[in-house]
Amino acid sequence: MTTKTRVVVVGGGLIGTWTSLFLARRGLKVILIEKGIVGAQSSGVNFGNLRLQGRHPGQYPLSIRSQAIWEDIEELISDSCEFEKTGHLYVAMNEAEQEKLEQHARVAEEHGLVIERIGRDELRGRWPWLGEGPQAATYSARDATANPRLVSVAVARAAQRLGTEIVEHSCVTDVRRNGAGFTVKTDTGRAVDCDAMVNSAGAWALAIAEAFGETAPMFAAGPPQFVTEPVPYQVRPSVQAVDGSVIFRQIPRGNVIFAGYPRTAADPVLNRAPVPPVKTLNGMRNLMRIAPFLKSAQVIRVWSGIEGYLPDMLPVIGESETTPGLFYAFGFCGHGFQVGPGVAAVLVDLIVDGRTDTPIDLFSINRFKNAVQVSDKLAREFDAPAASGRRAG
Amino acid sequence: MRNVVIVGGGPAGIRAASVLVEAGLRPVLVNEARQVGGQGYRMPPKSLAFDIKALMGSEAGKYRRLHSLFASLQERIDYRPGTLVWGIHDKVLHTLCDDVAGTIPYDALILATGATDRIMPLPGWTLPGVFALGGAQVILKDQGCLIGSRIVFLGSSPLLFLAALQYHKFGASIAAVVDTTPLSAKRAALCDLAASPRTLARGVMYRAALHMAGIPVIDGATPLGIDGKDQVEGVRIKDGRGSERFMSCDAVAYGYGLKPETQLAELAGARFRFDPAFRLWLPEADADGRAGADLYLAGDGAAIGGADAAEASGALAARALLADTGRPQPATELMSLRQKVERLRRFQKGLARAFAWPVAQSAALDDDTIACRCEAVTVGEIRTAVQAPLGPREVNRVKAITRCGMGRCQGRFCGPALQEIVAGACGAPIADAGRLRMQAPVKPIPLHAAAELEP
Repeated sequence: MTTKTRVVVVGGGLIGTWTSLFLARRGLKVILIEKGIVGAQSSGVNFGNLRLQGRHPGQYPLSIRSQAIWEDIEELISDSCEFEKTGHLYVAMNEAEQEKLEQHARVAEEHGLVIERIGRDELRGRWPWLGEGPQAATYSARDATANPRLVSVAVARAAQRLGTEIVEHSCVTDVRRNGAGFTVKTDTGRAVDCDAMVNSAGAWALAIAEAFGETAPMFAAGPPQFVTEPVPYQVRPSVQAVDGSVIFRQIPRGNVIFAGYPRTAADPVLNRAPVPPVKTLNGMRNLMRIAPFLKSAQVIRVWSGIEGYLPDMLPVIGESETTPGLFYAFGFCGHGFQVGPGVAAVLVDLIVDGRTDTPIDLFSINRFKNAVQVSDKLAREFDAPAASGRRAG
Repeated sequence: MRNVVIVGGGPAGIRAASVLVEAGLRPVLVNEARQVGGQGYRMPPKSLAFDIKALMGSEAGKYRRLHSLFASLQERIDYRPGTLVWGIHDKVLHTLCDDVAGTIPYDALILATGATDRIMPLPGWTLPGVFALGGAQVILKDQGCLIGSRIVFLGSSPLLFLAALQYHKFGASIAAVVDTTPLSAKRAALCDLAASPRTLARGVMYRAALHMAGIPVIDGATPLGIDGKDQVEGVRIKDGRGSERFMSCDAVAYGYGLKPETQLAELAGARFRFDPAFRLWLPEADADGRAGADLYLAGDGAAIGGADAAEASGALAARALLADTGRPQPATELMSLRQKVERLRRFQKGLARAFAWPVAQSAALDDDTIACRCEAVTVGEIRTAVQAPLGPREVNRVKAITRCGMGRCQGRFCGPALQEIVAGACGAPIADAGRLRMQAPVKPIPLHAAAELEP
């Protein structure tokens, strides 16, 4: 038997769950279909950083809108998911890096963010645990962190309470046009008719896009991440080296979570993203450079996830060019956690109001019809050659 | 075959090394401990001047033979004591020795990683003064210390009797040995236990010796909790007849037999299957220990079989490796080793029934009881998470939501209980709860271990 609904959301990650929640809050009937379980892929295993510093200039309006939603999370879903306004310290090890920080700071300030510039002496005074390496930093107090393991599931529950049907362990096997809408079928025998469809299937999103004649050069990779045993709590902000070699934060129970480039290979078919031990040792060494007080702390756990990356390191967001009523949000290139709720809000603008005030043209899937500019991050953040990694599904 | 590496310096690892040396190879033997012998035949530091006969009892002869075998091999192998293997990737072992990270590449790998204690949570089990049963033995053998002055041995394990006797010989007062499996279950397991009459007789002898020493042995008891304010003050049980009893003590040795240490097997590419007899996920291997390309498993790390089976399976794995690399092995030799391993592992299946893992106890646990001692996660938190809307029903997701298994031990100790608690809360078969996946490091490694390395 076929079910009818207004919107089908494919993919129960951060984007899919927030989109379902906001649609439900606007009174729309939604069915969310997830191939595994909600919040278990990169949405659930990422670093948990709600970072505003150093984003792509074109992404600031979206990021600022998203941060306002994060700041309201407890009100929205009755669960704070360990959201904390920790601040973000962006550190430079030399003058060239300091210049880079300055460029980032000017862009952020144009979008209303308050950035503090901190010299070498003040740096040690305010954060005495910093090592000798950092020469300067910028600090943004509005940056925050949350626990990714908890968020997507909590948001899905909130959507469920408002009537959204969450269908787990169901893989979409067939999507086709049905009048002005769609019929979606799953491997568990469900058939759903809907007016609009959201493709937020992350590293597995290409199958649906390609069913409607669109594609993107997405490949899969993962962020290698590490955590130490608990040590006395003293690092309040999340701290990031501007060269990307390390980013770390300490949670109040004492564990220090850290990550760093290059990213690790991921296999979306086998559903595995193993972290080679060499990356763990690299991460440990890079963390010690900035936070030498951790030198005796023990690393107890390592993990990664499977993320979709695009060569210009920008996501795909917006309505399909070929198929009105089909909306995309995937390929977040490892920085989807912060923008997730904002992207969901934009999708709901588009679905319900037919327009959005937040600029998103930069993220159209249309851009891949021509050769896109390859981001210099590709060389820096991946084991060369980056895009030769397994094509995302 | 250039580089053959054995991980583990117990009976399986040493016997595998001896077979390879006889065939003219010079294997690397990596041992996490400073001394060979594994857990069972652990060599006490010379400074303790222990009487090995008193410590090892009927097994003293085997202990001496294994250590003299190793002494004869030491010059003919590349021996790496005090070396932890914390990761395996692309046929390279990642090691930690004296806090410095290193690597050992291999062409073929024999894993003889042994076993560790299997623990079921119990109210009060995290109080100071409670030790894992195997841990209590290690403290005695390795450091010459007793875990307390008046001790209850609690749980269900053949080691319960052995450890209690060892402690008795070294001057501890044993309040009681409390076995949670009833005698009727032991009688029912006799058929499998007859597979190794010598070991069976040894067990009966241990019991008799405890009796002679006037140490009370209580069968078929249900443990209710370990009591104490800041440390152990006593153990509360319900005995086989249903009456509640309190035994005053200052330490408890607690355990339910052993579980294989399979983390490295997983990182080396072994596949896993659920074993209903042990209610554990065990690595898949053929009768000779082949578990994948150039990967061999031996000893208790592959399947619990005890020291004799470990030696035989170590020899068998080494012979399989030789046969696979163009050195055919005598069929009669292979056959007799296989029969021995098979017979001794069948005996262990009997033991698993005679000394049962307390499934009912996991269902009866109070919500307040701590399940994960690293992260202080309670049984109630796990049940609440599982039963919530969109709640996880598989242990890796339960770990993500509750932190159970996320701490220092990475689920090595809470994992088996977590599977039971999740299955119980879901009302699903235990195999459906899955098993905690492994990533390196299998044990904690300090940041400064990486300091000396070139990027």
